Amino acid sequence: MSDEVANSMSELSHSPRLDAKVPAGRLQEKWDAYKDAVSLVSPANKRSHNILVVGSGLAGASAAATLAGLGYNVKCFCIQDSARRAHSIAAQGGINAAKNYPNDGDTIWRLFYDTIKGGDYRSREANVYRLAQVSSNIIDQAVAQGVPFAREYGGVLANRSFGGAQVSRTFYARGQTGQQLLLGAYQALSHQIAAGRVTMLPRREMLDLVVAKDRARGIITRHLVTGELERHAGDAVLLCTGGYGNAYYLSTNAKNSNVTAAWRCYKRGAFFANPCYTQIHPTCIPVSGDYQSKLTLMSESLRNDGRVWVPKDPKDTRAPEAIPEDARDYYLERRYPSFGNLVPRDVASRAAKKECDAGRGVGETRLAVYLDFGAAIRRLGVQTIRDRYGNLFEMYERITGDDPYKTPMRIYPAVHYTMGGLWVDYELQSTVPGLFVLGEANFSDHGANRLGASALMQGLADGYFVIPYTLGAYVAGIRQSEGIPESHEAFTAAEEEAGARIDQMLNNKGDKSPTQFHRELGRLLWDHVGMARDRTGLEEATGAIESLKDEFWERIRVPGSADRFNKNLEFAGRVADFIELGSLMARDALRREESCGGHFREEFQTSEGEAVRNDEVFADAAAWEHTDRRPVLHLEKLSFENVHPTTRSYK
Amino acid sequence: MAKNMTINLRIWRQKGPEVPGKLVDYTVSNASEHMSFLELLDVLNEQLIASGGDPVEFDSDCREGICGSCGVMVAGIAHGPQQLTAVCQLHMRSFKDGDTITVEPFRARAFPIIRDLVVDRSAFDRIITAHGYVSVKTGSAPDANAIPISKDAAEEAMDFAACIGCGACVAACPNGSASLFTAAKIAHLALLPQGQVEASRRVVAMVDQMEAEGFGDCSNYAECEAVCPKGISVAGIASMRRAYMKGVFSK
Ligand SMILES: Cc1cc2nc3c(=O)[nH]c(=O)nc-3n(C[C@H](O)[C@H](O)[C@H](O)COP(=O)(O)OP(=O)(O)OC[C@H]3O[C@@H](n4cnc5c(N)ncnc54)[C@H](O)[C@@H]3O)c2cc1C
Ligand code: FES
Repeated sequence: MSDEVANSMSELSHSPRLDAKVPAGRLQEKWDAYKDAVSLVSPANKRSHNILVVGSGLAGASAAATLAGLGYNVKCFCIQDSARRAHSIAAQGGINAAKNYPNDGDTIWRLFYDTIKGGDYRSREANVYRLAQVSSNIIDQAVAQGVPFAREYGGVLANRSFGGAQVSRTFYARGQTGQQLLLGAYQALSHQIAAGRVTMLPRREMLDLVVAKDRARGIITRHLVTGELERHAGDAVLLCTGGYGNAYYLSTNAKNSNVTAAWRCYKRGAFFANPCYTQIHPTCIPVSGDYQSKLTLMSESLRNDGRVWVPKDPKDTRAPEAIPEDARDYYLERRYPSFGNLVPRDVASRAAKKECDAGRGVGETRLAVYLDFGAAIRRLGVQTIRDRYGNLFEMYERITGDDPYKTPMRIYPAVHYTMGGLWVDYELQSTVPGLFVLGEANFSDHGANRLGASALMQGLADGYFVIPYTLGAYVAGIRQSEGIPESHEAFTAAEEEAGARIDQMLNNKGDKSPTQFHRELGRLLWDHVGMARDRTGLEEATGAIESLKDEFWERIRVPGSADRFNKNLEFAGRVADFIELGSLMARDALRREESCGGHFREEFQTSEGEAVRNDEVFADAAAWEHTDRRPVLHLEKLSFENVHPTTRSYK
Repeated sequence: MAKNMTINLRIWRQKGPEVPGKLVDYTVSNASEHMSFLELLDVLNEQLIASGGDPVEFDSDCREGICGSCGVMVAGIAHGPQQLTAVCQLHMRSFKDGDTITVEPFRARAFPIIRDLVVDRSAFDRIITAHGYVSVKTGSAPDANAIPISKDAAEEAMDFAACIGCGACVAACPNGSASLFTAAKIAHLALLPQGQVEASRRVVAMVDQMEAEGFGDCSNYAECEAVCPKGISVAGIASMRRAYMKGVFSK
């Protein structure tokens, strides 16, 4: 039997390698039942366990602070010069929680339901329900830390609405919600550093996972100032390293966001799930030139008051203010009357692409649509709009030179978030025992599409409220004597491999910079594994990415040396991993012959251009195992016992 | 269409903390008014790599003015000439074709140079570790609406909490003081009931740490406020001083 056949047979069934360990019982009682039954670790024993937390974003900082507070010995790592600068800092719009303070009908069930539906029925019910359950505790915790959320005059917390929901459940701190939540977690982390329970190691990059005797035993890092390779042994490794959106080169992610840590874990046996699920955010500032280094998001919250439109006539190139109402097409309101401008991100992005493809795009490049606040300003007054979005408007003006109080913003979709990531079970444990994955780095809760304000919720749920229990279950089951020292041959081998790769890149002395390769990869992925995909394009991309990989190792030029601060050396290693990931993204997109959430296959759509899902065959999570030959597919079949998958309609 | 610009750069090059550095001249002839200042440095670095040179090292991450990673002196001003703007959001339309711009690292005794424009700002983390937090562990929080907080207090706290920890205030201060940074955190927490419980201990611990790190005193120059990309007000410094005196004497 050929590999292809073996693969297609395995498509029919659930892989025995993927035990999600979902507790039995009613959905509403699973998490409580889990907590009732889970083994506890005594305080004295916690002190004797070393936990490595890689990443200091919302997931990493909250996990490190919480575990240290419980008594574990924690080492926390990040790339930036300070834990406070992790990419989470840039989140703007808000965080969801089923508090129902506005009394508008929200419940845990509704948040669960909206998230499952928003994810286009490609996530695990039990995980999502737990997320909705703990959401309220996150807000309590943040307020106790001094997070200055927006408030009403009466002194209670304010809420706003976000895409994909018909209730107001989003908490926010101006347009800087991620900053304030991260500073809260960073301060909690600092409290534990002061208490001597956390050793913080900034300016470190994890280059490999050390696995021995079938368990995660530690990591190899590079000290980004001295270039030294370092070994860190631990009883468990928590990977909180964020998403891989930068595979596309241009994205809303920070420049240092990368897949390297997750990719090294994949190569050491952790399965990578749903790599093709990427979220393209509808409201970003359009690309202005070849030098562009990243894209800037304009928060989704703007769609609460901004109206999206294009001129009805593609030849109408008048200034937006000069185009009368009846010559404008408010296409979201027209196509989706009940959700209007607040349709979920995937729907809004594809709609914008459709208008631009049809020639109705605006601006110099014609790859943009208008987001217009004229009506809202007339209705609510400039001051209200300034209170709500002032800092976003200023940011827009700083970047583009245009004043959105006077003229509509120009926006276009951009890569923003990755729903795919390392496969984890209900305990957030990967297929490598002892390796846990939290936050955007895992694949878990958002299915094929993430709703706005849900990533902050998930990162903090994982770190504050889930991992403290599930890590205990693992730690209670290991014996101290089983650990391996940093002098163990597994550490030596991993360190040597990491060193050899660095030397190879430096000694190659080719003629193309890491950025040149990154841009090329980005273009390939954006064109073929972007907002709309089809078989031909994906096959073409797969071949092109393979050639790019070969070319990388032939032609890469990395300046400088290994024993110093060297940003281009860091970038080169990350680009090499992004290239390999790109190939898996295309493979995964090719296999998923349906359209769902952020994954839209041209071949599977209605005559009106809406996505067509195939639940009979593809109601699964596709988890890829690395092998020396080619990635092997394992499936976690998703069962929906509490919600009935329907066609997602926002009409 | 975007204008093409030629920009001359004089950039501080320094191989390490103990090695002397110097200004080196470069020219970028294909700049655009729409590019950010850091994108200009990116273009220069690509040019340097292609010609076998050594690219200029600088820190940046979010490139949208929120993470505080970036920060250099542009023409003698921390983050450059545009007010309320971090250098990653400074755009070349603020300059003219043919301009010569000097670029140097943030300089302060407490910020040793790592390489070129990259400095070590870990002293800021140690100030926060001294007590820039509310001592609350996970799980022990009451309901978020249990304590009402006036909208004005929350807004004012947010004004101070908006600090991105970039260090421009230190670089701009003739004394190399970290007063604005430290006061911002103290004020943010002191304005909220959750932070008030430990306010007095906090101010003493943080101010003492600031001194221990080698930051200078505040002499009310207010240069810090002028360059702060988030417009943090110096008003916090006066309250910090008063609270410090009270805190020290009540000890
Ligand atoms: C512009 C923007 C706005 C957003 N707005 C919202 C919003 O309003 N609401 C919402 O819910 N979500 C929002 N999101 C999404 C959300 O911010 C992220 O999904 C979330 O913050 C990710 O958190 P994290 O902790 O998983 O990872 P990150 O915050 O990305 O942190 C990753 C950490 O891992 C470290 N790291 C990475 N690789 C390595 C390595 N190899 N070695 C060592 N350390 C490493 C980094 O240094 C960092 O500390 C937004 C995202 C963007 C880009
Ligand atoms: S790079 Fe983040 S503030 Fe400038």
